[in-house]
Amino acid sequence: MAECHPVGFQWVVEAKQRGATVIHVDPRFTRTSALADLHVPIRAGADIAFLGGLINHVLRNGLDFREYVTAYTNAAAIVHEEFADTEDLDGLFSGFDADTASYDPTSWSYAGAAAEAAAGLREEQFEPITLHRNAARSDEFGSGGPVVHAKPERDETLQHPMCVYQVLKRHYARYTPEMVEEVCGIPKELFARVADAITRNSGRDRTTAWAYSVGWTQHTVGVQYIRAAAILQLLLGNIGRSGGGILALRGHASIQGSTDIPTLFNILPGYLPMPHAHQHESLEDYLERAAGATGFWGNKRSYMVSLLKAWFGDAATPDNDFCFGYLPRLTGDHGTYRTVMDQIDGKVNGYFLVGENPAVGSAHGKLQRLGMANLDWLVVRDFSLIESATFWKDGPEVATGEMRSEDVGTEVFFLPAAAHVEKDGTFTNTQRLLQWHHKAVEPSGDRRSDLWFYYHLGRRIREKLAGSTDPRDRPILDLTWDYPTEGPNDEPSADAVLREINGYGPDGEPLKGYTQLADDGSTSCGTWVYSGCYADGVNQTARRKPGDEQSWVAPEWAWAWPLNRRIIYNRASADPEGRPWSERKAYVWWDPQANGGRGEWTGHDNPDFEKSKPPDYVPPEGAKAQDALAGVDPFIMQTDGKAWLYAPTGLADGPLPTHYEPQESPFTNPLYGQGSNPTRQVFPRPENPYNPVGSEIFPYVFTTYRLTEHHTAGGMSRSLPYLSELQPEMFCEVSPELAAERGLAHGEWATIVTARTAIEARVLVTDRIRTLRVQGRRVHQVGLPYHWGWRGISTGDPANDLLPVVLDPNVHIQESKVATCDIRPGPRPRGRALLAFIEGYRRRADEEKQ
Amino acid sequence: MSNRLSGPMPDVSGEAGYIDHPERVGFFTDTTVCIGCKACEVACKEWNLVPETGLELTGMSYDNTGELNANTWRHVAFVEQRVPAERAPADLAPPGPPSPRGALGDGEETRWLMSSDVCKHCTHAACLDVCPTGAIFRTEFGSVVIQDDVCNGCGYCIPACPYGVIGQRPGDGGAFKCTLCYDRLGDGLEPACAKACPTDSIQYGPLDELRERAQARVDDLHAAGVTEARLYGHDDNDGVGGAGAFFLLLDEPEAYGMPPDPVVTTRDLPSMWRWAGAAALTLLGCAAASFVGGKR
Repeated sequence: MAECHPVGFQWVVEAKQRGATVIHVDPRFTRTSALADLHVPIRAGADIAFLGGLINHVLRNGLDFREYVTAYTNAAAIVHEEFADTEDLDGLFSGFDADTASYDPTSWSYAGAAAEAAAGLREEQFEPITLHRNAARSDEFGSGGPVVHAKPERDETLQHPMCVYQVLKRHYARYTPEMVEEVCGIPKELFARVADAITRNSGRDRTTAWAYSVGWTQHTVGVQYIRAAAILQLLLGNIGRSGGGILALRGHASIQGSTDIPTLFNILPGYLPMPHAHQHESLEDYLERAAGATGFWGNKRSYMVSLLKAWFGDAATPDNDFCFGYLPRLTGDHGTYRTVMDQIDGKVNGYFLVGENPAVGSAHGKLQRLGMANLDWLVVRDFSLIESATFWKDGPEVATGEMRSEDVGTEVFFLPAAAHVEKDGTFTNTQRLLQWHHKAVEPSGDRRSDLWFYYHLGRRIREKLAGSTDPRDRPILDLTWDYPTEGPNDEPSADAVLREINGYGPDGEPLKGYTQLADDGSTSCGTWVYSGCYADGVNQTARRKPGDEQSWVAPEWAWAWPLNRRIIYNRASADPEGRPWSERKAYVWWDPQANGGRGEWTGHDNPDFEKSKPPDYVPPEGAKAQDALAGVDPFIMQTDGKAWLYAPTGLADGPLPTHYEPQESPFTNPLYGQGSNPTRQVFPRPENPYNPVGSEIFPYVFTTYRLTEHHTAGGMSRSLPYLSELQPEMFCEVSPELAAERGLAHGEWATIVTARTAIEARVLVTDRIRTLRVQGRRVHQVGLPYHWGWRGISTGDPANDLLPVVLDPNVHIQESKVATCDIRPGPRPRGRALLAFIEGYRRRADEEKQ
Repeated sequence: MSNRLSGPMPDVSGEAGYIDHPERVGFFTDTTVCIGCKACEVACKEWNLVPETGLELTGMSYDNTGELNANTWRHVAFVEQRVPAERAPADLAPPGPPSPRGALGDGEETRWLMSSDVCKHCTHAACLDVCPTGAIFRTEFGSVVIQDDVCNGCGYCIPACPYGVIGQRPGDGGAFKCTLCYDRLGDGLEPACAKACPTDSIQYGPLDELRERAQARVDDLHAAGVTEARLYGHDDNDGVGGAGAFFLLLDEPEAYGMPPDPVVTTRDLPSMWRWAGAAALTLLGCAAASFVGGKR
């Protein structure tokens, strides 16, 4: 965190000075470790074993926050008796189909629910589960959408052998400290210290927070890493409470914002699922499952209709489904890596790169470059001519002779971009805080904001289409495209865009929040979760009241979604009766005297609960949406109001996180016969070879990462002297033992090799890289920062060129934080010799297999 | 006129001739919270328009600027150490575990010290004393500043500095160093490095206040078992009469590349003059004696 989020890390430093214990779990000893109380070195790719070990520690020793767990999670729910665990099936869950490498999750459901609704569930899930998987629609399940209709049978004593609590206990029973040591390389004594620290620091009076970044997500089991952390935090009662949570540290300034208002293919603004071509012909089809839904997703129609009104204005009417038919549809996986494969296969014509440098920053750079070389056109919007704009004339494939500039038909348009100080707008940070930034200077020369680019592109297309009677042009022509422009460059008003996102009521007044949204077309709202950011006609995101002039929750600094809540699900900060769990941790609570004796929720934050719903509220039979949730159900976006320790549906790779080895690993899985995630998405193509498991040819583990001094693929830092001089060259970090084993000399060159390619880097031999003992043998890890490319004032080989493409099945994220390699002294071969060099490695790896 | 050349001097600006002047200000750099982000280096260069130093991987941990010089006015040192396990700072947090950091086995562990170094703005600034052109002057804030347009590049100040702070800029010839952002102080702004520091490792303010704060921090650390915490450059009685930029360190100053006992080169001037005077008297005496002898 100190490495990649130094500004955010100030709060960790402050917390430490106030008595917090800081523990850093990382394969490397980094600048974060230097400030931590405890550094826990771990083998890259083994975190579920580590987290599973902590879960087992909690369950085995009865250290869970029982009152919280029983009341607020699904621990008491009874699971269908047909469910079989990885314990029973040697690493697989029930329902696995080896032919399609996917699960039928029917048997994962709750008992009772299945008895009544099995047919319905089947109908809804069985067929579409592949669709769901391919289209990355896990978000449509669980919090994102209702599937579990019925309230499950429960055993409040948690003793029933098929209750979630017991299922969980059996599942993690083998994640012992000995097993953690065996898998992760974390000595038992060190593990015991972590386990002791987090359990002692959780409960009524204390809370523990976990912060993670792409070290957890960029794996073939990325989603399950986060699930594992969620289970641990729920067992310890650390969700919805101050000082708790699982904090996703984002890799860029507004990645949270680009998920809320997505740059993702599978969702619309506010986590509404993207409609599917074959399932969602009409708005009614699309909302079918929402119709009977419980929890706040029961209002999906209001969110969706208001979004369509924001986009299509007066053209959207009840008679035409509010222009729902205008929306693009999914037909399967359209994720970034699928798209790259499709580019290579000639199925993609054009590509926009907006502040992205895949030739350096994405896994398997060669695939990225081959894909981009096979387009009709490519638009690159960035600060300088990044590698993705010039690969066709100066890329690695040109050097090896695999690509000739004259053969590349892609027409590249480079459009210089304005920096954030040259435009108005918001950043949304990891805490869901929208923070407005004001333009400091006009962009120079031809530089323009992204808002300018898309607005004027749309305007020109609309001008070209004006008067068209072709129905296919209607969606473009019916768009509300009327933002006022200002200044010398006709810059669209970002303020007007924010107002549109906030939404308008029937009389055109700014909405106060999403609870005002209607499903009849009388309201419009660009993103329902952001509704309220312009409440009372005031740009709430621009508020800058200093922390020392307001309460410790600081509600008047910027604006947090939803409804300026600083901690979501904060109903869980009070006990079932509505009283704070402890005075020290009081956050929101039920005040029975308030509201003329009728009582209401109050506290330091805006309660994430209906203000007047008393703790003893019991929903009447047949209630819908939020009315169906009881006064003790804090997780209001869930259909059952409970947090899911066990996910009866929604995940492609199982209801419980399970340790699987990475795609490329020196080891077989010591926990189960099943080695890696059985549902991981592989791309078996000649351009994408994988290093064999347990290979002697590729015996080392490598991981990639960022340095404080540079930004991602270098487009914002390798062109700047003040940053480049601080980390001027690509380097690799190795332990003294590995250096001795391979004859690597500090400061000299080394070549790192995978089945994809070889790169060179200067060597830093350092104690900060630890050799670990795993499964009885020493395992070496190589650290590789991934900032470099061949352009800019600081250049070097791209580390991501070493990676294969293999993806998590839920969200299609690539496994880029762990793979295997060889390392040897000296620079890499040049030109064609590089290809022969790699071919030699591949041949030997093949021979080794036989 | 006391202590004009060495020792404590409570009113440096007054001694320099300022009659109505603001409090003496300076830096307190608490290295225990430095995360080595180098924001100070970048902010300094941005504000003061200092040129790039060069694109060289030094191999000295994550330190690629190497030292303070004409083009590096803030420099973050990175010190990787193997220390005995029991030497690591004890746990600062009551509810947490006892905490060796980064155990290496064999009773050893890794420690990574980071520290942002800067001009000390000495009470007795040798650079200022030796400057023949008057380019270096004492400001009303008590800091020491080189005026580029007056500096003739003679370089006397460079060896005079007991900390090795000053350098000569290649291609320019002038001597350069930290100005404590003199051009910001007048507008009530703190220096760029302190402003940019995310963890408040670099603190700027009235020197007396900083020294109090620093002592309290050391006391806290000692109470928490971090017995190796110590201040460096805070003492009026040291070789430079106390520095305007002082540090909280976790090891000997040498570990961070700082001199253990810096002494202003002018401290020895009186004794040098005394020796020289004595030598001259001796000479004179000898000469006189020779004449006396010659009369015979």
